[in-house]
Amino acid sequence: MSSTSKRKRALVATGAIATTMALLAGCGARAGDEAAGAGSSAAASCVDTSGDSVKLGFLNSLTGGMAISEKTVSNVLHMAADEINAGGGILGKKIEYVQEDGATDWPTFAEKTEKLLTQDCVAAIFGGWTSSSRKAVKPVVEKNNGLFFYPVQYEGLESSPNIYYTGATTNQQIIPAMDFLAAQGVKRLFLAGSDYVFPRTANAIIKLYAAKLGIQIVGEEYVPLDKDDWTSQVAKIVAAKPDFIFNTINGSSNVGFIKAYYDAGLKAATTPIISVSIAEEEAPAMGHEVTGQYASWNYFQSLKTGTNPKFIESWKAYPNSSGVTSDPMEAAYISMYLYKALVEAAGSFDVDAVNAAAKAKPITFDAPEGKVTLDGDNHHIAKPGHIGKINSSNQFDIVWASDAFIEPDPYLEGYDWFPADIRKQLTDAAG
Amino acid sequence: MTKPRTTGLKPWFSLGGIAVFAVLLLAIAPLVLTDHWLNNLGKYCCWAIAAVGIGLAWGRGGMLAMGQGVFFALGAYAMAMHLTLETAGDRVPGFMVLYDPLAPLPVFWEPFRSAGFTLLAIVLLPVVVAGALGYALFKRRVKGAYFAILTQALAVALATLISSTIRETGGDTGLSDFKYFFGFVLNDPANRLMVYLIAAALLIVCLLAVWQLYRSRFGELLVATRDAEERVRFLGYDPANVKLVAFVVSALMASIGGAMFVPIVGIITPAEIGAAASILMIAGVALGGRASLFGPALGAMAVGWGQSSLGSTWPDGWTYLLGLLFVVVILFLPNGLSSLPAKLMRRARRSPAERPAPAIAPAQLEEVRS
Repeated sequence: MSSTSKRKRALVATGAIATTMALLAGCGARAGDEAAGAGSSAAASCVDTSGDSVKLGFLNSLTGGMAISEKTVSNVLHMAADEINAGGGILGKKIEYVQEDGATDWPTFAEKTEKLLTQDCVAAIFGGWTSSSRKAVKPVVEKNNGLFFYPVQYEGLESSPNIYYTGATTNQQIIPAMDFLAAQGVKRLFLAGSDYVFPRTANAIIKLYAAKLGIQIVGEEYVPLDKDDWTSQVAKIVAAKPDFIFNTINGSSNVGFIKAYYDAGLKAATTPIISVSIAEEEAPAMGHEVTGQYASWNYFQSLKTGTNPKFIESWKAYPNSSGVTSDPMEAAYISMYLYKALVEAAGSFDVDAVNAAAKAKPITFDAPEGKVTLDGDNHHIAKPGHIGKINSSNQFDIVWASDAFIEPDPYLEGYDWFPADIRKQLTDAAG
Repeated sequence: MTKPRTTGLKPWFSLGGIAVFAVLLLAIAPLVLTDHWLNNLGKYCCWAIAAVGIGLAWGRGGMLAMGQGVFFALGAYAMAMHLTLETAGDRVPGFMVLYDPLAPLPVFWEPFRSAGFTLLAIVLLPVVVAGALGYALFKRRVKGAYFAILTQALAVALATLISSTIRETGGDTGLSDFKYFFGFVLNDPANRLMVYLIAAALLIVCLLAVWQLYRSRFGELLVATRDAEERVRFLGYDPANVKLVAFVVSALMASIGGAMFVPIVGIITPAEIGAAASILMIAGVALGGRASLFGPALGAMAVGWGQSSLGSTWPDGWTYLLGLLFVVVILFLPNGLSSLPAKLMRRARRSPAERPAPAIAPAQLEEVRS
């Protein structure tokens, strides 16, 4: 066998492969074709609700760095599903859940979303925590015309026909926190955050609003999510002498931040912190006294509103529960009941019917934080704003509350300090 | 010491194996697998392409390349930048607007608008980087654990660099939400099949390439360099050049795997290229059998499959299982699972009177040490 004949054979094989490609390529849609328009080329839904049950997917990181927070969300979703099943299910169908592990890895979130929608044929998916995980899920649910319920406060500037957001958008958490700081007479503010999409975007918005409020931003520092050494950044805080620190650090990196904060001699009495990711669950895990520090959320365990006493009681009785409730847990609990209300209003599990029902009339749910109403256009819910101060039992004393429920405004259209050209760029970029 | 594994019927056997593999991947798999599993198989093919390269560098060349994530990243990010720009059209990509609304597109993104430049970058970037790195290391006779640690450190450094440059690279969140692939709508099932077939075909091409390399004079020289570098030098060859070629080819394969990973998975983040990802690639190669033709590819695909399916049903346990399997294979099957059939056959043929052979042959011991 000569080497030329070998080479020829390889060429023939490569040629055959290339021809097959070319033939196949002829069938697929190209950019600018009709199919490119509305994503109508997506495969038809395989959801089967003809039996006496409906399949729902739970997608939470059960392993990796975010597991500590997301396991609780997964647990409370199971609790909500069990409650609904005990009450007769959704449209008379029992919820059958498929739990998947996002493993704190964004491509895994994308893969599992695809699996849940096309392999398990679930009617809706609940979960996610970090904005990165949501951004990985978004194109997949949009492509397959599925539904995703996201239960965590986030940076806003997003809306999707396939996602329902039951956590706060910026004007329900960040902006109330800034109003609170302005009312406290804060003049110098330092921004500390994890280095990813939520803190970066939140701080961009904070800087714009601070300029309007006359608050000076005296520094801005970021550390990657998986790093927890804040020593050199905290040294900059000490040097900048801020009145308050705005903390957008997420997850266990907070422990390192709080440690560096105390090691540098900073105290709640003189340089307090306001956080948007430290809740009842995280506060006791900080390794240091955090009494006197603040947090901005919509829900606190200490609220006496709505169905909160019942929610806390059910949670304490639920197996494997920590006995502590927090804002993202409550938002996850809302998301399951909101889905039930949507499906019952639509009379169907079909995604388009559900979206139409959301627009047709206001969908409400008597949540632990009060009666929440869904905005059918932007898929967010109206929420009350609260600022809590951590007391010695790691619970929050409410020190500020918004006058009424705050309507969701993800693109900050009602705020004139948010530049119109940036909003336009963002909406254009989102397509 | 170790004889090149090309004797008698073996070439035809290997070529036949590649043909069977090609039929399975290109014809049977698209017919029997659901869209979801076909897409997953496409992802495993991407890892397998990188693994074939590791097999060449490590299995045959003795260079434990623990940082193939670096080259995987070069291909993946080149492709992801092009697809991001293709989706954004003449606008600045959405994620950049979020962080710094009015800043222009970073200069190094600009050339990736061109499809031709992108394809060229996927091929040339790893060749240039691996060429320069390999030249510097091999000429200085850096090898063994030093080489492994150095490449691993590079992967960690690159992942950290990407994580901390969120505006330029998407940071930890990564690049995602691609709508088009060189003018084709990515959502279209026919186009997704095409992307899968390209990845599978590239894997076959890579297997053919290493098959040819292994049976060439270069292949024998590479094995000789692995087993006795000094002797090769005394014979008048420069082992540095031999190793350089193998390292550059393996980098090129990792880059191609990375480039195809992006349209198939739809997202690339630093976690897919860092230390853990690079080690997972090595684990697949070791499990499958690093010096064999099919071992690295099959091992990488098996690890990928384990991650998808066992990771689903048994999220806490599967990494322990992988670790355990890794230890067992290293201890009892240093040439990987692909050496198991031959080993069993040899054992079956051996007459009871014959003295049992030592568990690990001296040549294999040498491989473990290198």
